[in-house]
Amino acid sequence: MVALLVRLKLALLLNGYRRSVWQVVGMAFASLYGLLIAGIAVAGMVAVGTQDVDLQRTVTVMVGSAVVIGWWFLPLFAFGVDATLDPERFATFPIPRRRLVLALAVAALVGIPGVLSALVALSTGAAWWKHPDAMLVALVAAALGLAVAVVGGRALVALLAPLFARRRAREVLTALMLVAIVSIGPTVSRLTQGTVDRHTFDGAVDVLGWTPFGAAWAAPADVASGRWQDAALRLGIVVVTLGLALVVWERALARTLVEPPAATGTGQTGGLGLLGRVPATPFGAVVARCLVYWARDPRYAVSLVMIPVLPLVLGVVSGGGSLLLLAGPLAAFVVGWGVSSDISYDGSAFWMHVSAGVPGRVDRLARVTASALVGGPLAVLVTVASAFFSGHGDDLPALLGAGLGIALAAYGGSSIVSALFVQPVQQPGENPFQTRQGASMATVASQMVGWMCVSVASAPAIVLAVLATVRDSALLGWTALVVGAAVGVACLVVGVRVGGRQLDLRGPVLLQKVIAFE
Amino acid sequence: MPDDVTAPPPVPAPHPPASGAPGPAPALQLRGLWRRFGEKVAVAGIDLVVPAGSFYGLVGPNGAGKTTTLSMATGLLVPDAGQVLVHGTDLWADPVAGKALIGILPDGVKLFDRLTGEQLITYAGLLRGLDRDTVAERTRDLLVAMDLVADARTLVVDYSAGMTKKVALACAMVHAPRLLVLDEPFEAVDPVSAANIRDILAQYVASGGTVIVSSHVMDLVQRMCDHVAVVAGGHVLAAGTVDEVRAGESLEDRFVALVGGRVAGEGLAWLRSSSD
Repeated sequence: MVALLVRLKLALLLNGYRRSVWQVVGMAFASLYGLLIAGIAVAGMVAVGTQDVDLQRTVTVMVGSAVVIGWWFLPLFAFGVDATLDPERFATFPIPRRRLVLALAVAALVGIPGVLSALVALSTGAAWWKHPDAMLVALVAAALGLAVAVVGGRALVALLAPLFARRRAREVLTALMLVAIVSIGPTVSRLTQGTVDRHTFDGAVDVLGWTPFGAAWAAPADVASGRWQDAALRLGIVVVTLGLALVVWERALARTLVEPPAATGTGQTGGLGLLGRVPATPFGAVVARCLVYWARDPRYAVSLVMIPVLPLVLGVVSGGGSLLLLAGPLAAFVVGWGVSSDISYDGSAFWMHVSAGVPGRVDRLARVTASALVGGPLAVLVTVASAFFSGHGDDLPALLGAGLGIALAAYGGSSIVSALFVQPVQQPGENPFQTRQGASMATVASQMVGWMCVSVASAPAIVLAVLATVRDSALLGWTALVVGAAVGVACLVVGVRVGGRQLDLRGPVLLQKVIAFE
Repeated sequence: MPDDVTAPPPVPAPHPPASGAPGPAPALQLRGLWRRFGEKVAVAGIDLVVPAGSFYGLVGPNGAGKTTTLSMATGLLVPDAGQVLVHGTDLWADPVAGKALIGILPDGVKLFDRLTGEQLITYAGLLRGLDRDTVAERTRDLLVAMDLVADARTLVVDYSAGMTKKVALACAMVHAPRLLVLDEPFEAVDPVSAANIRDILAQYVASGGTVIVSSHVMDLVQRMCDHVAVVAGGHVLAAGTVDEVRAGESLEDRFVALVGGRVAGEGLAWLRSSSD
């Protein structure tokens, strides 16, 4: 079963690359990059092996924990789970569940991220080449740690996915995150003093070593310094975690196999809702429909989850300092650029717009309006909160100016990009933590070019805002606000016009592309 | 046609044809349509004339190019070559005017299924530029006609396949188009609903509208349609009135004779050993 699924995954990956030359090029670059990182990791570990046990311990625990934490949390916040081997697709085959779990876990390592993780994890063994017994333990522990990373990550997603699919729970989580952000400023500002040396991370490593993230990687150090009891205890933590994660994943799998995630347990809703209240025009209809989707389609909400996470990360990194000021403008960009995947999210349902002959301009403007109604207040909130918590309340006009300029430029840019390119996205009702294969290089390139254009278009407002903040000039701050608004509106007008015309010309082409993705 | 006890509910009648036109232009005319996907030629030069006021069936085996043809005829897929005339309007030269005349039920695409049935029909109406009162009235009528009143406020994503077809059909009809193009409208629809839909379509044709349906079910097409075209391999093999095409045979026999491909012989002998 393991061999079969590994071969299946390889075949699926290779067939994916057969679809376009650009994907092969992308894969080649990714492989080179991965090999480089793996090479650095191995060389680094061998070099660390010449040092004393304390440093070896710090390095291996930090690196190993990073692998585990990455597998556990990146799917939740950024990438989603690779859905190439979606367990639901095995529902009709008589495969014992335990063998399926084992095979899926091994197959998860097939692919560039998996191979890279395995190489890095096993490379920690190389750090112990001066202590043969520790090295032996390290290799076993690394394999266990890798298993904890993969299985634990899947288990966590399986646990949280139903939660995120439910709107109420998502709202509560978002609110909790906002509270966390608001409280993090003062906490972090106390933790910042000091320089980085070999002892900076001692505290973190001590803690990590007793958690599921770091236990596997801390055990060899105990062996090297003769503390066999501690090593056994840590390996015990790893094994228990692995067991728990396996049970959770297996249970979740059992549930999805016989009971695929129902889209929503909705029942009846009252009347026409927003569609009854907007002006009776195509524009009003599209705005209302988009707003309904913001509320009912988890994919939109997941994109908003990023926004409160941004200031959190920036706040932690900078210790509540000025870096936190970036949160507002970044949130503005995330909100603005979000529109670029709108047609991809519509999927083949976009045919209604094509067949009704909705003018491209109306389509563009309506999607931007709906997004601004939802994301605008959120971005403003993040901007204001981050300004006050980092003690830059005076710079609010400058920050709002930069944010407004970026958001409007991003709306303009994404209005054009989304009329030219669509990308494969999760289907509605699919687990929002799954990613789809086959984002081509052309898609990635179009996003890159789009981002560059947006940064150029919003540069005036950004430069003015930075100057205003650095020089503490209220005048420059207000100028940034005015310039941001003016340039932004110009970008928006151009974007909606150009994007609208492109959509009029290419609507059927885009439609066929999104149909092909499904 | 079964005579229902209850009178069929009112549905939007097609707009009357523009007066003063010199001779009735066909509802739909396809001229030399071609379409290729990569190496595969899906539609290889299809010519078809659908007279105004006809109930036209499009039949063909799987992969014949039916959906591709209908997609090009309705503005959802750009043809590589050829022309589509909707009541005399060149659809690909003037898409806005052409699309306004057509109502579509495409096959194999999704709907905005996070809307309720009522919201979805309203959305389709508003997209077509109807005013609020007209949309409200027609939405109500269509929900009654499609027997969806009880589920009007359920999300379309929770609908069964048949209900989804029906709500999509309602969306296609809400702007009272002069031409209805329906790709597999009866797939997954229960017999009672199918009979109701047939009544609605017959009534619509009687009041001057034109309907094109694609289907695999020959029997249905023979009973329901007055015209039929047999398509296979991207070509039209036969077209005309149903009686002309079937030439005395049943439509199904004629279809098999035209298309070919019946597999004779033993086949899958091992399936019979399933008793042990």
